[in-house]
Amino acid sequence: MLTKRIIPCLDIQNGRTVKGTNFLNLRDAGDPVELGSRYAQEGADELVFLDITATNEKRKTLSSLARRIAHHINIPFTVGGGISSIKDVQVLLENGADKISVNTAAFKNPPLIAGLAREFGSQCIVLAIDAKKAGDGKYYVHLNGGRVATETVCMDWAKKGVDLGAGEILLTSMDQDGTKKGFALELTRMLALGLPVPVIASGGGGNMQHFADVFREGCADAALAASIFHFREIPIPDLKEFLKGLGISIRI
Amino acid sequence: MEATVTDDPSVIQSADKVIFPGVGEASTAMNYLRERELDHLIRNLKQPVLGICLGLQLMCTYSEENDTECLGIFEEEVKKFNSAEDHTLKVPQIGWNTIYDLKDPLFRNVAENSYCYFVHGFYAGSGIDTISKTDYGESYSSGLHKNNFYGVQFHPEKSAATGEHILKNFIQF
Repeated sequence: MLTKRIIPCLDIQNGRTVKGTNFLNLRDAGDPVELGSRYAQEGADELVFLDITATNEKRKTLSSLARRIAHHINIPFTVGGGISSIKDVQVLLENGADKISVNTAAFKNPPLIAGLAREFGSQCIVLAIDAKKAGDGKYYVHLNGGRVATETVCMDWAKKGVDLGAGEILLTSMDQDGTKKGFALELTRMLALGLPVPVIASGGGGNMQHFADVFREGCADAALAASIFHFREIPIPDLKEFLKGLGISIRI
Repeated sequence: MEATVTDDPSVIQSADKVIFPGVGEASTAMNYLRERELDHLIRNLKQPVLGICLGLQLMCTYSEENDTECLGIFEEEVKKFNSAEDHTLKVPQIGWNTIYDLKDPLFRNVAENSYCYFVHGFYAGSGIDTISKTDYGESYSSGLHKNNFYGVQFHPEKSAATGEHILKNFIQF
């Protein structure tokens, strides 16, 4: 039986892992490869590396990081952050990334998704969406690391992305991110039940029960978190034992 | 062990073992092989060959992915998973699933129902060449073997200790 996945996420800036709250106030959280290896040994099912560096050197740094990760880690990993072309993706896959995630560039240029799916297959194309609830009760897509709001409803963009060829959705709730108050269950459930592809829930995981909730009530296929793992607030083996104990399908 | 990444026919032909990995899409990959006449070359290899993921699928007769004629080594066709109306079966399958009915030296010292990592939207059916099965909606071939050709649908290189064990078994053939 396919298991639910626990995915530590490492935000990378200038080659280091960083963590902030609501996309702000970044703190250093260590060497990404070292941290990633530790997670793999502890039973993480997958890793996500998101490069938030905003420089021209970025592409080179990211591909060499992918190469280092691939050499040291024997579980799958996704790389994202500023990916905007087929060439970007080719370089990352050649350097050992299993999947890549696209966000702002795909929103601004949707045919990019179709091109990537055609070239590399849907299975390695993750569409990352940052969503925030507005006063009208709807969730809207935000771009550029959450700094730019759009008038597009999250579900509409997710459906379009999947139609174009995205194989998975990485859904970050900007309202919950960094709060440790639990995942956005309503939003996650809407996408998980409304889309034919797996949905990774991200943002808000603060205790073990939150993970149980997002798998059961949110119907997520995977749950992603960062700081609670980086700062050892929740050990991955304890989390997986807890979830398995509740009867959730988990790889131990 | 020394590994070389190549599409050079002479290098492939003279290798002790050949790994035929796959991240990609079936028709693009088959076109690439045909342009370089690697399709004939692969079919005629005599050393142990291990196809991984798309590699396994390309070693089958045909793939529904963009209506692609494949290499025809394994007697199986490759079909798309049917995404259920209620979205209970997500396609592609992404994640850790178990392998069972293990019957080949490739799985020596690997426990029944070990977890391996899968990322795929298409699958090969079960038949005479099947050496391991996995369930996702239905039962399908997660491993195939015919003569010197082996294929696994999961990624052994990403399947932690279990995967390393399987790769080690292959290297020792």
